[in-house]
Amino acid sequence: MTAAVAPPRVIASRPELLIDRSTHYCPGCGHGIIHRLLAEVLEELELAPRTIAVAPVGCAVFAYDYLKLDWVEAPHGRAPAVATGIRRVRPESFVLTYQGDGDLAAIGTAEIIHAAGRGELITAIFVNNGIYGMTGGQMAPTTLLGQHTTSTPTGREAGAAGFPIPMTEMLAILPGVAYAARGSVSDPPHIGKTKAMIKRACKAQVDGAGFAIVEILSNCPVGWGMTALESMEHLSEVEQVYPLGVLVDRSATPRQPAAAEGA
Amino acid sequence: MTATAERAPTTEEATRSKRSRILMKGNEAIAEAAIQAGCDAYFGYPITPQAELLEWMARRMPELGRVFVQAESELGAINMGLGAAATGARVLVSSSSPGFSLMAEAMSYMAGSETPIVVVNVMRGGPGLGSIGPSQSDYFQAVKGHGHGDYKVPVLAPASIGEAVELVATAFELAERYRTPVILLADGILGQAMEPIEPQFRHPPRQEFDWALTGADGRPPRVLRSLHLQPERLEEHNNALQAKFREIAHTEVRWAGEQLDDADLAVVAYGTAARIAHSAVRMARREGMRVGLFRPITLWPFPEAQLRELASRPTAMLVVELSAGQMVEDVRLAVEGRCPVAFHGRTGGMLPTPDEVLAELRRLDATVRAGGAG
Repeated sequence: MTAAVAPPRVIASRPELLIDRSTHYCPGCGHGIIHRLLAEVLEELELAPRTIAVAPVGCAVFAYDYLKLDWVEAPHGRAPAVATGIRRVRPESFVLTYQGDGDLAAIGTAEIIHAAGRGELITAIFVNNGIYGMTGGQMAPTTLLGQHTTSTPTGREAGAAGFPIPMTEMLAILPGVAYAARGSVSDPPHIGKTKAMIKRACKAQVDGAGFAIVEILSNCPVGWGMTALESMEHLSEVEQVYPLGVLVDRSATPRQPAAAEGA
Repeated sequence: MTATAERAPTTEEATRSKRSRILMKGNEAIAEAAIQAGCDAYFGYPITPQAELLEWMARRMPELGRVFVQAESELGAINMGLGAAATGARVLVSSSSPGFSLMAEAMSYMAGSETPIVVVNVMRGGPGLGSIGPSQSDYFQAVKGHGHGDYKVPVLAPASIGEAVELVATAFELAERYRTPVILLADGILGQAMEPIEPQFRHPPRQEFDWALTGADGRPPRVLRSLHLQPERLEEHNNALQAKFREIAHTEVRWAGEQLDDADLAVVAYGTAARIAHSAVRMARREGMRVGLFRPITLWPFPEAQLRELASRPTAMLVVELSAGQMVEDVRLAVEGRCPVAFHGRTGGMLPTPDEVLAELRRLDATVRAGGAG
């Protein structure tokens, strides 16, 4: 007895933009998920052919090996300045930066704040895993208090090493920022919400609304000394320090032309 | 390889040139020359003594529909330049010594990723915050690499505002021909002084770049990078860069000579120091000394073969700089002990006077005549 087999219905597939190869990322690393989300969004919004992306210094410098886009490598932390230069000479392009927490929240604080302050029409994907992964697991500005890293071997202590810096909250108060949100890759529902945020942040640029940033809480199993699963579960603790959600959304209001601002 | 013989203009030329001349400040002339050369974007940060360059661009670029951004720092400015240049745009960035130091990082990245850009350094006294007076104390920094890694970039050193105008166009040509950053090395006097110039601006023709980032639309993606983690791959990349540097060294040497044919003493100086040396050479000639002036225009590639040839005649050299002695090292390397090389320099924004240089020449002349030099 044979029943007719319905043709398979594709409910998920590899985005064209995502190159089919094994990555250099450690097993369980969140970068792979975030690369995929970005690829899906760029395809859905049909932005890829006009995208110029800026790679950071850090684990994600090799993003150009996985996403079929034009890429330029920025010196450590300078991606928002590099993106500014690109977007200003090529207003027809879609420009994004992909930065880690060392890149964006430590060495590149001046560049991100001023790109946001100028309301540059760029989109920043900010991957916050609270650690310097590529150099072996040192403290980042976003490292939680008490967290053990190779440069805070007894745990981050505020008196000596200061407090975690909520970059996206700080950026959200700037009038040039059209959209600022924080998502997480801790589980599928959060991943879905994060994708929606990335989409919104890309649209903000396309609509000329202003600077857009999505901070994504991610994991670093090796740097955190955890299994992949433990690190994903640990993200719920990180989410207590860095609350998830949309911090500001002014993207419905296109940016005023410069000449009108003084009026 | 270009050597310029300087001759006096005919009366007719002089009259024509006087009529077409305009008075321009160095910083502004450099800025306008870049605009006329087709500069698409300028990024800068205010610093003395080059602020007028930024101000000129702030006014002119927007009125031409081109890009001007006052950056948050010199780091911001040079990296905006890196981004814009990565798309194939013609980009100018300018600064002065302390700010130029901050640009070293991105210069290294652009040399590594072969990104063309023109960067102007209007040098001031150092080290540290130094002074705002004219200086040539960034010679080592400009010529010996600037940032980290094995690389060189062409360094053009104008001695007048008119020459600066010409060299701005040359700088864009070299940058695009060789896919490299190019430094225009001026000093506080060239930036701040006003001189009558004949504005003969040049606009180098545009090329199509097969490396420029424009979006991977109907073609394979392009990546501008300097990271090559595999040592074999990085060495291969370095070998290709070195081959390019040898080609530039072979092809792009520029210098000018004055009264060198019968000279048994040569002053070697560039930029503003060469203007001072020019006066001293004329004074020495009036005293009967057979003195000439050798003026490097490209500091890298350095005209070493030309200097070595000059040194093979019975002669001595006096190097004059607005520094404690930097180019003099390259002169000594070039002449390989064939003739004595003396040095006179002032620092901190102070200038050697023609009389000071003349006194050095008299001393050197007497030593050579006594057969005591060497």
